[in-house]
Amino acid sequence: MMASEIICLGIESTAHTFGIGIASSENGVLVDVKSVYKPPFGAGIHPREAAQHHCEEAPSVLNQALKEFSRKIDSVDAVAFSMGPGLGPALRTGATVARALATWLNKPLVPVHHAIAHIELASLLTGAKDPLVILVSGGHTTITAYADRRWRVFGETEDITLGNLLDVFARESSLPSPGGPAVESLAKKGGKFIDLPYVVKGNDVSFSGLLTAAKKKLQMNCDLKDLCHSLQEVAFSMVAETSERALAFTEKKEVLLVGGVAANERLQQMISEIACEHNASFYVVPKRYSGDCGAQIAWTALLVYRSGIEIKVEKSYVKPKWRLDQVAIPWRDE
Amino acid sequence: MLIKKGAEANLYLEKWHGIKAIIKKRMPKKYRIDELDTKIRQTRTVREAQLIHNARTVGIPSPIIYAIDLEKTTIIMKYIEGIRVKDVLNSPTFEKKQELCYQIGQLIGQLHNAGMIHGDLTTSNMIVFKNRIYLLDFGLGDHSIDLEERGVDLLLIKRAFQSAHYKYFKPCFAALTKGYKQEVGEEISSEVMKRLRDIERRGRYTSRGELHED
Repeated sequence: MMASEIICLGIESTAHTFGIGIASSENGVLVDVKSVYKPPFGAGIHPREAAQHHCEEAPSVLNQALKEFSRKIDSVDAVAFSMGPGLGPALRTGATVARALATWLNKPLVPVHHAIAHIELASLLTGAKDPLVILVSGGHTTITAYADRRWRVFGETEDITLGNLLDVFARESSLPSPGGPAVESLAKKGGKFIDLPYVVKGNDVSFSGLLTAAKKKLQMNCDLKDLCHSLQEVAFSMVAETSERALAFTEKKEVLLVGGVAANERLQQMISEIACEHNASFYVVPKRYSGDCGAQIAWTALLVYRSGIEIKVEKSYVKPKWRLDQVAIPWRDE
Repeated sequence: MLIKKGAEANLYLEKWHGIKAIIKKRMPKKYRIDELDTKIRQTRTVREAQLIHNARTVGIPSPIIYAIDLEKTTIIMKYIEGIRVKDVLNSPTFEKKQELCYQIGQLIGQLHNAGMIHGDLTTSNMIVFKNRIYLLDFGLGDHSIDLEERGVDLLLIKRAFQSAHYKYFKPCFAALTKGYKQEVGEEISSEVMKRLRDIERRGRYTSRGELHED
């Protein structure tokens, strides 16, 4: 082991996933263990139920992570947690575990922004250096690029997220959870295009009207396969169009697709086409790490910790509404 | 000659019946399925031509339209030989930033007063030529006096300043809102500003009193 190696343990608990990752400054992600809360059929995530799940699962996830780590637990240099944004009760459960671990090990506690963690882990795994980032998940739909110590938001959803749109539509159609993959596999079998509202406002998108219209078509007994196909086509085209606008405006040479919905092959195809059109390289987060995981927190914690940022346990309140563009980024180039 | 490959369309500078003209062609988007793509491109071509025409009739500087070809989703218009506001603002020697932003605010106010919405306000959709600001790219616009749409218009330009001109966001946006107020009046201006804040709060991860102003 190199003397300069730093190891961070990171805890993710913003929504349905309770995850623990361990990452090394020299060897990247070492361990990534998670347990995902599944809401009852036909229901969404209830924050209290998710928090309860995380409480129950935390010990076994931690045990498994430490088993896979195969080194002594005190070789961990810092303990990190997802401080936000996310569901309050779920965030607090992860924070409680992190505070307890940090106190017991007498190691610093490191706060990590969940969305920035998606971007940093994907950058590590794909090698993207200065990309236009398209972050699409249950919690985010944001088009962002880094400049001068901050991620600057060029476009985002004005209401619900892309992940949310797919989840709620899937639930309304009695498709199994998680909704995204269920809609994707049905969409592959559909072919007829059903007209749905396409709402682009500059670089922003809005999905709530699209969701309402899709639900109406469902009640009109439209074919579900065609409807899934059309919903994907309209929603993803909106994201691709606003991404292309931001790409033309920022003139970045890389495009990085991250977040849970990044696993969707049709969306990947569309975004890679706009990247190609503007001579930019296209990167997508590997499927295994597209959803929420402890590894994203652990890896980002290394960057945060090495920049000299830590937080006292008594001040480590979670921030359920912590915006991406409010976070100072000292570790990236100016 | 292709002079700009934008996200929305390609711009060609050509001779058209002996005059220098811009040919704006909305290219098919490979990522969109045909049914959706054709509809979007045709609607926006028509919208853009209508709105530019109407904007000009109320005195808002905008390129003269020579011809449109709906089949080819193409608009032929006057070539404005100016500099994009984006580049003017980012030029280190330019000192009249607030003055320029005040003028942008007035221009948006005039547009709203005339019952129009731009729908895609950014600093790259405005050109400075002979001390006047020309408005371009009306493809996402609409005829509307709806408070919500006016709020979105101002949100878009605010976002453009926050992301692309963050170093002087505060003074610039303050000057812009002043210019807007001067044009539409105190009452409408305060209603639109209130709606702008409401739209921001509706978005993800914003709460009262915390509107990422820095």
